[in-house]
Amino acid sequence: MGNSALFAHSMQTWIGAGPIWVWAALSAFLIIYLVALPFGGFATYVERKVAADFQDRVGPNRVGPYGILQFLADAVKMITKEDFIPDGADKFLYNLAPLLVVMGACSAFAALPLSKYLMGADLNIGVLYILAVTTLVAPGILLGSWSSNNKWSLLGGLRGAAQIVSYEIPVALSILPVVLISGTLQVGTIVEQQGWAWSGATTGQYHFWNLFHNPFCFCAAFLLFIAGLAETNRIPFDLPEAESELVSGFNTEFSGMRFGLYALGEFAEVFVMCAVLTALYLGGWHIPFLNLDQMWIKFPEAIIILVQLAMFSIKTLLLVFVVMWLRWTLPRLRVDQLMGMCWKGLVPLSLINLFGTAVWMWVFNGRSLAQLLFGSGHG
Amino acid sequence: METGYITALWFLIISCLTVPLMLGIGWIIRPQKKGSANKTMAYECGEPPVGDAWIKFNIRFYVVAIIFIIFDVEVATVFPAATVYKAAIESGNGGLAFAKIFLFVGLLLSGLAYCWVRGDLEWIKGVAQTGNKK
Repeated sequence: MGNSALFAHSMQTWIGAGPIWVWAALSAFLIIYLVALPFGGFATYVERKVAADFQDRVGPNRVGPYGILQFLADAVKMITKEDFIPDGADKFLYNLAPLLVVMGACSAFAALPLSKYLMGADLNIGVLYILAVTTLVAPGILLGSWSSNNKWSLLGGLRGAAQIVSYEIPVALSILPVVLISGTLQVGTIVEQQGWAWSGATTGQYHFWNLFHNPFCFCAAFLLFIAGLAETNRIPFDLPEAESELVSGFNTEFSGMRFGLYALGEFAEVFVMCAVLTALYLGGWHIPFLNLDQMWIKFPEAIIILVQLAMFSIKTLLLVFVVMWLRWTLPRLRVDQLMGMCWKGLVPLSLINLFGTAVWMWVFNGRSLAQLLFGSGHG
Repeated sequence: METGYITALWFLIISCLTVPLMLGIGWIIRPQKKGSANKTMAYECGEPPVGDAWIKFNIRFYVVAIIFIIFDVEVATVFPAATVYKAAIESGNGGLAFAKIFLFVGLLLSGLAYCWVRGDLEWIKGVAQTGNKK
């Protein structure tokens, strides 16, 4: 089993005393309020700046140097906006909808392996937990759209339900090859296995990035990225929002902080999607071709945490940048094309990847490409 | 491991409380003025909204939703099998494990092929059919 320590355990050890549930609550609070929500807020600024660069504009540049504090100004504006519920809306569901979106996106951070010693919760069903919790976003969008009693919203919400529900299948099927390879659902262990074996004796433990485990995994990672884009309603799959045809889609009637919470939740979900791809396929916190545990000197835990956190963030944020890049590269798909692509393209392809990986495992006795090429110690 | 589940529960609770917290802060610090009645009107391009949005219409999604449920259950059942696959290979039972997964997923794959041939995966199927009947 994985030996990655939980954030709560680490804090309890550093500080000394205190019941563990207090530290668990504190670790959840810190990760949500220092990682998830700030990222969601800051991403709105980065998205606008990236968009401006792609279109040869300046972008936000008034609040702070390079407009970097724009997201704080936006937050203040949204919080102080008038908060009203439209006529004829279903009040209970209208209030519940943003809550489900934020809950789905933020709770998934629990199982993200930010670093070996900095995980919220290294659950033994971590992969399933992330899949299950992020699904809360789908009812959030559907309820929000239906309850606001607006025709644009309703159309957007129904598209969203069809899309998110359908793309759930390729996402899960593209995660399965990793489970086949790793033989565990624990995210920490899955990441740990993707290290580079520095000494020959440990070649069996590390099979390098799952992306390069075998050709089928290589394809599965791209399928996961595409299906993840659709899950998070990003262009080219932003049909539920589709501002040029449905005004603002499912959140047309949401204003002020409620709209802000939807936006926060969506960006947090983008981060979760990229982080899952990083953890499952791109080696998570590992530095390519280096193994911090097998160096000549023994690093203190704090340095390892910082280096691993930096590595994980770099990989994840690069993927987030690619997501923003795609927004200004690809046009939006049509609804029937979208559904056709999922059920006639991604689902069969990801099943082929699943079978391919299973056959590879069987034929090569579970060894990865790196282990086959550099069998007698890579270093 | 237990700590992990406690933390996950706290994540759910705290993220759940975030929304009322944010809206509550807003309610406290913003000026309490009654806005114009027109503001709460549903947005329909500036015109007064025509009728209700809660009407009956073809959601075109029924069969896809059923296929989704079948596939989702399938994925949930394949996860445990996939988890022990590596152990099965290492203990020399790779062929048997592969055959079991292949049989299960293969059956569902043939179901997908059946739906595909039947045309259940076509989004605009409904329109085409009503057109043919006339």
